Amino acid sequence: MAAVIECGADIDTTPENHMSLKKTLSSASPLTLRIVAECSVTKARACDLVLPHCTVSTPVFMPVGTQGTLKGITVDQLEGLGCQICLGNTYHLGMRPGPDLIEKANGLHGFMNWKRNLLTDSGGFQMVSLVELSEVTEEGVKFKSPYDGKEILLSPEKSISIQNSLGSDIMMQLDDVVSSTVTGPRVEEAMHRSIRWLDRCIAANKNPDKQNLFAIIQGGLNADLRKTCLDEMTKRDVPGFAIGGLSGGEEKDDFWRMVTLSTDHLPREKPRYLMGVGYAVDLVVCVALGCDMFDCVFPTRTARFGSALVPWGSLQVKHKQYAKDLQPIDPDCKCPTCKRHSRAYLHALFKSDTAAMHHITIHNIAYQLTLMRSVRQSIVEGHFPEFIRTFMKRMFPSRDQYPSWAVDALASVNVTLE
Amino acid sequence: MAGSRMKLEFSRVIQGRSRLGVLKGLGRNGQDSMEVPGCLLYTHFGTVPHLTQDTLHTLSNLPSVTQVTLSNIAEHQEVLEEFKDGFRKFAGLHDTLLYCSLHDPAAPCPTGYTTNKTVSVWGSGGRIELTVAKFMALQKIVQPDWYQSMADGETWQNNTSRKRVRKSVDRTLTHLDECLVVHQNSQELDGVEVFGVVEGGDILEERVRSARETAKRPVAGFCLDGLQTGSMDQTLRTQLIAAVTKELPEDKPRLLQGVGRPDEVLACVEAGMDLFESFFPFQVTERGCALCFDFNISPDPERAVLELNGGERDTAGETQPNGDHNLDDQTQMTSFEIDLKDKRYQDDFRPLVEGCGCYCCKNHQRAYLHHLLVTNELLAGVLLMIHNTAHYHGFFGALREALANDQLDLLKDRVSG
Repeated sequence: MAAVIECGADIDTTPENHMSLKKTLSSASPLTLRIVAECSVTKARACDLVLPHCTVSTPVFMPVGTQGTLKGITVDQLEGLGCQICLGNTYHLGMRPGPDLIEKANGLHGFMNWKRNLLTDSGGFQMVSLVELSEVTEEGVKFKSPYDGKEILLSPEKSISIQNSLGSDIMMQLDDVVSSTVTGPRVEEAMHRSIRWLDRCIAANKNPDKQNLFAIIQGGLNADLRKTCLDEMTKRDVPGFAIGGLSGGEEKDDFWRMVTLSTDHLPREKPRYLMGVGYAVDLVVCVALGCDMFDCVFPTRTARFGSALVPWGSLQVKHKQYAKDLQPIDPDCKCPTCKRHSRAYLHALFKSDTAAMHHITIHNIAYQLTLMRSVRQSIVEGHFPEFIRTFMKRMFPSRDQYPSWAVDALASVNVTLE
Repeated sequence: MAGSRMKLEFSRVIQGRSRLGVLKGLGRNGQDSMEVPGCLLYTHFGTVPHLTQDTLHTLSNLPSVTQVTLSNIAEHQEVLEEFKDGFRKFAGLHDTLLYCSLHDPAAPCPTGYTTNKTVSVWGSGGRIELTVAKFMALQKIVQPDWYQSMADGETWQNNTSRKRVRKSVDRTLTHLDECLVVHQNSQELDGVEVFGVVEGGDILEERVRSARETAKRPVAGFCLDGLQTGSMDQTLRTQLIAAVTKELPEDKPRLLQGVGRPDEVLACVEAGMDLFESFFPFQVTERGCALCFDFNISPDPERAVLELNGGERDTAGETQPNGDHNLDDQTQMTSFEIDLKDKRYQDDFRPLVEGCGCYCCKNHQRAYLHHLLVTNELLAGVLLMIHNTAHYHGFFGALREALANDQLDLLKDRVSG
């Protein structure tokens, strides 16, 4: 049985404790999924995802702390908001401060002093999106470091090696990432290569008893390619699957069809992680389509521009119209920002101090986590479809403003929106 | 208007100059107090830079008085007027007293805009001109527990003429008298105290004149302006302060504006100052540095052995040559801090300061702070502000203890390393 460590307990990293922990886990998987409830109407599930640092309640939104920090928020504040898992980026951390230093610091957990779970991505996406001249070969991704111009090869082995040093609870395979707007043979090539790279990543994982390696389903917007990828990757014994290659610039109509195709063919008893999805509507719909885990930089990034997420959309705190608005961002929100400060104060504070950004960041994380908590609760209590309807009514001023892709996607899982 | 309730109660006065005690009778209800010498809590519009209330309250023993400045507040007059309930409530502040100053000590403003009837502050949208009427209107909506009266302090530049200095003294006295008239006729300011501002640049006679005249007015205490770090060297500053304090009543507090370096604070306490603004930790934070100067003078056998053996000491930054000040150089590192961007901290897994109980030192290491600074992460500012604030307040605590035990000289030695 996997050892279950409650969130909030201090992880004692003395050598003696490490050894006994190793013994408990050596014969067990570092991941267990307990399905707590399944929606009888949609494909949604509410689960307990048991990971080495604590149990995560799903569906879950994972905030992104790219460089080993969540943009101005302390780990105490993050814990206080109820976050049980967040992300770090292998590409960024692999560059600075580098895997060797982080290993010396007791892994990324030790380095940033985060006692709960961490998920690291492989670095593949950043490689392609951030780096000007990157070249993909069977070996890996070749690129020039933006910091010292040196040529670097990120291979499946190298990516896993860095992630092993980071010590994350969930690691992502290195996949051959292709933009969702690309068509043609490149998509097929990337899909097959991702399967081969998955096998190389599995072989390279030095810590299978402590770190979970997730596969990433590719195949672009092509149903046949997706299906092939699903068939092949599900043959591998990995603890979880991500749905990748979406949440780029593709049409939402294509997006949801690939998501639901993927969840149709992923094993029930393993978690499904939809990468890069974080807008509220997308989250709710994709939970209905059977996804359990999500990540996105949007809530934290948009906060720094003064955009606060609310059940009816978003609120641009820096806009003149809020200069004298004495309400909190959301009168129903229980986050530290809304409990203490008005829109007017925050509006004014943006002119004086960076703390204004932190207030909005805290609120936005609280909004995302609360949304997921409510989604989960409604699944457990058996009224997720009603939740969806109420949610949509609140978010959009009228029925004809409902995004048609969302209406179609929900209809496909038996939820009709009046 | 009733006589001022603010009163300094001394527990010690050393050599007729340094004062240790408690400033009592603070707040609208006159029930609050503050230890002296002490510092105010420096904020931008009510927010300690980088910090939310959660991160702020990881600090214990916060100063009981929070400072806000009209340079931050003036442009928000309209919304505060509509709010009606005063700045403290508007900002969602914790339970604290509020002191309102004119300028932000960490943001020197352009000169040449002061007139006989106005002074200017710079908000985010540009220059805002204040007459006494507008100045007092602002005080009425801010509703501080005390404020400095409007003052012309543009005398800190090197080439300020005698004539200009004299004008600043005259104008400041006129502003004070006009402020007091409005104050006495304002119900909204009932229970609020006013500090007179002593000007005079670097001219002894003008300093004395300003002090003497200001002391004649019914003010609760005194701000000393135009002596900020960078405007003159400490020897002159001490001289001028000594001359000024001779003219001021003993039992009224003296607030020194614009001075925050630990060595200067010590010298000015020796010269008779009571209150300081705590903008120095903020400046240190902004340059990615951490305060680390030693202020611990309690007898410690372990430390004695360490020192005997030339024990481990951080090499702090290059010392700012004392006589060579320049107001523009306030971004320069001092000998009281370490530069965490330096490569040597890349794999230094110690806390910023061993034994510091602040949130940053309890939870994080130098290597992590180094990484945050190198990668331009916002958390660097948060953690450094917490540590620097804690360290600075710790210094003031040590200062009061040193005065209580007659060990100021020992502390001065320790602090200057």
